Amino acid sequence: MASEIDSAAQALPTGPGGSSRNARHAWKTLKSVLGVLVAVAFTFLGLLAITFFIGRVVPIDPVLAVVGDRAPRAVYEAARIEMGLDKPLIVQFFHYVGNVLTGDLGISVSTGKPVAEDLARVFPATLEMATLGIIIGVLLGVPMGVYAASRQGSLVDQVIRVVGLLGYSVPAFWLGLVGLALFYAKLQWVGGPGRLDIFYDGMVDPVTGLILIDSLIAGETDIFFNALSHIALPAAVLGFFSLAYIARMTRSFMLDQLAQEYVTTARVKGVSERLVLWRHAFRPILVPLITVIGLSYAGLLEGSVMIETVFSWPGIGNYLTTALLNADMNAVLGSTLVIGAVFIGINKISDVLYRVLDPRAR
Amino acid sequence: MATTRDWLLDDSPSSRLQARLGRSYRLSRALARNPLAMVGAIIVLTLILVALFAPWIATHSPIGQDLANRLKPPSAENWMGTDELGRDIWSRVVYGARITLMIVALVAVLAAPVGLVIGAVAGYFGGWTDRILMGITDIFLSMPKLILALAFVAALGPGIQNAIIAIAIATWPGYARIARAETLTIRNSEFVAAVELQGASSLRVIVNHILPLCTSSMIIRVTLDMAGIILTAAGLGFIGLGAQPPLPEWGAMISRGRSFILDQWWVATMPGFAIVIVSLGFCFLGDGLRDVLDPKHGDRQ
Repeated sequence: MASEIDSAAQALPTGPGGSSRNARHAWKTLKSVLGVLVAVAFTFLGLLAITFFIGRVVPIDPVLAVVGDRAPRAVYEAARIEMGLDKPLIVQFFHYVGNVLTGDLGISVSTGKPVAEDLARVFPATLEMATLGIIIGVLLGVPMGVYAASRQGSLVDQVIRVVGLLGYSVPAFWLGLVGLALFYAKLQWVGGPGRLDIFYDGMVDPVTGLILIDSLIAGETDIFFNALSHIALPAAVLGFFSLAYIARMTRSFMLDQLAQEYVTTARVKGVSERLVLWRHAFRPILVPLITVIGLSYAGLLEGSVMIETVFSWPGIGNYLTTALLNADMNAVLGSTLVIGAVFIGINKISDVLYRVLDPRAR
Repeated sequence: MATTRDWLLDDSPSSRLQARLGRSYRLSRALARNPLAMVGAIIVLTLILVALFAPWIATHSPIGQDLANRLKPPSAENWMGTDELGRDIWSRVVYGARITLMIVALVAVLAAPVGLVIGAVAGYFGGWTDRILMGITDIFLSMPKLILALAFVAALGPGIQNAIIAIAIATWPGYARIARAETLTIRNSEFVAAVELQGASSLRVIVNHILPLCTSSMIIRVTLDMAGIILTAAGLGFIGLGAQPPLPEWGAMISRGRSFILDQWWVATMPGFAIVIVSLGFCFLGDGLRDVLDPKHGDRQ
C-alpha cells in the first residue's frame, strides 16, 4: 500500500516552491513520509479490525463471562447495554478503537489486572531476548553470507546454504528443547529455564526491565552473569533463525554485486580480494541489508512465542500462550495487537530507512 | 525407448497431449539434474508412501499402550524407544506422517485457490476492486503468520480442523499477491486482447486464460510454503491448540516429551527429526522447482 501511495505522490507535479532543488526535495520527502504515515494508520486500523472480528467470532459470550450464567434476564440485559453490545457493530468497532487508543485493553481473566499493565511488565523480557538474538544473527550471519558468496559453489558455500534452509525447517521449540537437554542437562554450560536462578529473583530494581542492563546499573556482577547464563541459550536459538535468514539474503545480495562490472574493474586494477569484498561489493548492499535485519528482528518476536514457552521465559510469548490455554480472550487479543503493532512498526521503520538511505528509492 | 523419447521431445507436437507430456518430460529431466531437488523429491515421495502404507510400515499400534514398557530407550524392538504410556514412538511417527500430509494438503487446497482467485480478480479488473482487495490482503500480510493463526485458533477453539482453517487464513494473502503480480503482466498481453475482442467474458478470460498461466509460480510458492505450514501446525500442536491426544501429531508428541527431555531425550527428539527432514525436503524441492520453472528468479547455483 505504501509504495502505491508513494508512487502516486511522485507522479504528481512537484509542489509549490519548486524553484530550488532543496525545497523540492524536502516537499517530496514530506509527501512520501505523509504517505507512509497514512498507510501505517490504515494498516493499524486493519489490525484492529482483525482483532475486533476475532473477538466477535469467539463462542464465549462476553456478557455471560461478566455476569455469570445464573444471572436473571434483567441483569443480563443491563450488562449487555452497559457493555455497548446492543449497538450496531460499526459503533462497537469505533468504541473498541477508542478504547485501544487510550490504552484500555480490558482486564485479564487469569491475572485479574489490566492487560495493558501486564503487557508492559512482560514486554522487556521479550525485548531483551530478541535483541540479543538479532545481535548474534547479524554478527554471524553477515560474515557467513559474504564468505559464502566469495567462495560460490565451494563446500563451505553449500554448508551455509543448507544452514540457511535449516532455518526454515527446524521447529524453534524443538531446537530449544534439544538445546536444553544438551547444554543445560548434559554439559551444564548454561542456566536452565527462567531469566535468573530462583534465589536472585527480584534482587535488582527494575529500571529498564532488561535484567542485563539493570544488574549492571546496580553494580551486581553476580546477577549479571547469572542472567547471561540464562539468556544465552534462548537468545542463541533465536539467533540461529535470524542468522539463517540474514546469511541467505547477504549471500544473494553479494552475488548480485560481485557480478557487476565495477567489481571486475576493481579486480583488474589489482585491488585486493578483501577490499573488493568489503569496500566495493559490501557497501552497496548495506541499505537492503538494513531492511532484511529489520524484518528478521520483527520475525524474532514471532519466534519468541514458541521459545518462551520452552524456556519458561516470562515474556509476551509466554503470556500469550498461557492466555490461549485459559481462553483469556482480552489477554490474547491484547498480546496479538501489541505483537502485530510492533511487527508492523519495525517493518515500516525499515521501509522508511531504506527510502532515506538509498538515493535510488527516493 | 528412443522412439518414445523422440516423440516426447518433438519440436512440433501434433496434439495437445503430446505437447503437455513433452513439457513434463523436459521439466522432470531438468529437475533430475538438480541434486538437492532430487533429494527433496525423494523425501516428499517417501512421506506420501509412508502415509499411504502406514499400517504395513509401523511395527506397533500407534495408540496401543504398554505401561510395562514405558520410556524405554531406542532398541531393536522399539526403534525410536517408547513414550510415557509405553507406545512405540516409531509407529507413532509413521502414523503422524498421515496427519502432516493431511494438514499440508488441506491448507494448500483451501488457501491456494482463494488467493489465486482474489489476486487474479484484483489484477484483472484493477481500479477500486484492486485497491480494496489488495488493501485487505496487505493487512493480513502485515501480521505475523503464527500470531494470526494462534489468534484464530483461540477464537475457533482447539482441534485439528480449526488449526487447518486458521493456518489457511494466515497463508492465502501471499498467494493473492503472487497471482495479482502475474495477472498484471498477463493482462496487457496481445492474446488476452485477442480473446477479449472475440467477446470473451471477464470470467472466461480469468478462468481459461489467466489462471492457468499463474499456476507454475503458485506451485513453486506453495511448495516453498509447505515447510512453514508444517512448522506452524507443529507449533499449534506443541502449544496444545492443534491436534489433540491421542492423535500422533508430531508437534503434540514433542509437547508430551517435554517433561522427559532431561532424562528420556528420545521422546521429544524423534518426532522433531521427522519434522526437520520433511520440511527440509519441501524446501529443497521448492528451490529446485523454482530454478526449473522460473529461471529468472532462481538462485544462481
